[in-house]
Amino acid sequence: MASIRQTIIQKGGNILNVYFTAGYPTLESTAIIIKTLANKGVDLIELGMPYSDPLADGPTIQKSSEIALRNGQTIINILQQVKSVRQFTSIPIIMMGYFNQMLQYGVERFLRDAHDAGIQGLIIPDLPMEIYENEYFNLFNKYNIEISFLITPLTTKERVLQADRLSSGFLYVVSQSSITGNKGNISADQISYFDKIKALNLSSPTLIGFGIHDKETRAIANKYSHGAIVGSAFIRVLEDSHDLEHTIEKFVSEL
Amino acid sequence: MIENNTYHVSESGHYGEFGGAYIPEMLYANVEALREKYLDIIAEPSFQAEYNTLLQDYVGRPSPLYLAHTLSQKYGANIYLKREDLNHTGAHKINNTIGQILLAKRLGKKRIIAETGAGQHGVATATVCALMKLECIVYMGAVDIVRQAPNVARMQMLGATVIPAESGSKTLKDATNEAIRDWINNAETTHYIIGSAIGPHPYPDMVTRFQAVISEEIKRQLLDKTGKDHPDYVVACVGGGSNAAGAFYHFLHDERVKLILAEAAGKGIDSGHSAATSILGTKGIIHGCMTLLMQTDDGQIIEPYSLSAGLDYPGIGPLHAHLIQSERATVHAATDDEAMASVIELSKSEGIIPALETAHALAILDRLDFKATDNVVICLSGRGDKDLNTYLKYIEEHQITL
Repeated sequence: MASIRQTIIQKGGNILNVYFTAGYPTLESTAIIIKTLANKGVDLIELGMPYSDPLADGPTIQKSSEIALRNGQTIINILQQVKSVRQFTSIPIIMMGYFNQMLQYGVERFLRDAHDAGIQGLIIPDLPMEIYENEYFNLFNKYNIEISFLITPLTTKERVLQADRLSSGFLYVVSQSSITGNKGNISADQISYFDKIKALNLSSPTLIGFGIHDKETRAIANKYSHGAIVGSAFIRVLEDSHDLEHTIEKFVSEL
Repeated sequence: MIENNTYHVSESGHYGEFGGAYIPEMLYANVEALREKYLDIIAEPSFQAEYNTLLQDYVGRPSPLYLAHTLSQKYGANIYLKREDLNHTGAHKINNTIGQILLAKRLGKKRIIAETGAGQHGVATATVCALMKLECIVYMGAVDIVRQAPNVARMQMLGATVIPAESGSKTLKDATNEAIRDWINNAETTHYIIGSAIGPHPYPDMVTRFQAVISEEIKRQLLDKTGKDHPDYVVACVGGGSNAAGAFYHFLHDERVKLILAEAAGKGIDSGHSAATSILGTKGIIHGCMTLLMQTDDGQIIEPYSLSAGLDYPGIGPLHAHLIQSERATVHAATDDEAMASVIELSKSEGIIPALETAHALAILDRLDFKATDNVVICLSGRGDKDLNTYLKYIEEHQITL
């Protein structure tokens, strides 16, 4: 299985990382969505672990999480779903969730089971870098799970460098200080922030996410980083879909 | 994990194994700025002068410490009520909002957000925003907006915008989620006034310090009345735990003082409709701190239940989690019915209609084994005006003759 970082570096740019909530719109759709995204040329998949209290997420992802939980989604089930698609695709899969979910499952057990299921990476927005470094760095290495930390326009340079040093997947450049799901254009302030990050010549590859929802915003992400992360916009099209494969093909081709 | 052998917060923001700051990066800059500055700002003489003057002249402090004769007779001890219900706006919540608004001004913030359950913290925030001429947005669960309608009207009269939280159980937990999301979206302009001793460090400690005036006064007032500067018991209700934290603060390390918490059992601890966090909760993260909370094996937060909107919270402040785990504090749970019986009892016996939250502290008194000489202080955290609709409905439904 290719690593996340190798995948990004080998392609060199224009990475497309698509997020969706595992178990949304239905429990069974997870495997179909992963396979279809992989077939349509997406580079990385971010699989949301639905959470009851997703603090960093806007209404679209909140709602998809609520529905996935109502569908009966659990961590064990997500891992089984990933395992089941591994005979069809080797696309790197990243799980994104909140730290309490990992804690209750048991951090080491979680990392081991994620590795065994064929997961390459994790994004845990509310796991502070300091706690990761002091308590979990060795465990992530032991199970070969790549972590990606978030930075925002309010993150100090010193902390950007820390996130760069600690991220073993990519550096997640949050496009603006906000929750997920913005639909607007990218402002001049955001561009100058992307410029500043680019000028740092960081050692980790960077992907821009939050508010990337169409061709224009994706092109900007491609220009200023190794690529784009698309989440809420994808979930919005899944919501109205009657034919998942067709919807996904159309969505990816129009990005 | 950093060990902390006292009951005060450690340098890293921990109370024993609880506390800390588990926040997304979007909030890091704000929380870090607060953490760096809050102790220095609070210690400034100009801050202290303004804070103390407002507490005295605007809030009406010190609040009385009243020896409740009928209750004392009934329980066979000297039962004192710390009358936080007599504060301006009707509860202890304003002690904290005065402190935080002065802090927000010194941080240069232009916009204030808050969450509220019973509406007391929302009213206290709207009040200080009117006083200081800052924009005020209060998030309140849609369910709570209905059961605490008078407080919604008060916030609106005070110029605040009340935004209903429609997610999850539509109560305090969800209002807090929405407030945090607002803060992420408006990090640079906005200060979030958390109303309870919860949230990422430094909030639990900051709120506790602003509420500590309660126990500071208890010490002084008790010395005047009894010649002793400490009670044998302090009893307080706990949701997140701000009034309890304030009532305990100056006695935390005084082992002569027994610290008693009253939490909400709702319809009964095993009924599936409860907010008894200390019994039903396990260690985990809620709203940015490690504490005890009600959750599933998969780490999903369970929606709590209490008739009282202020105790309807699935977590508990990290200080209290530590006090409970280290057995410094003892917890008892009171059901809706037990709390209601205490509301009616206090109204008739002492002429004081307490808030439904507060009544939980009264409802557990019969479980404590007092000596005749014991001095017992109950934090009477709020008045019952806001609950009149709930009370009248309950009295009618249960065909209670007053």
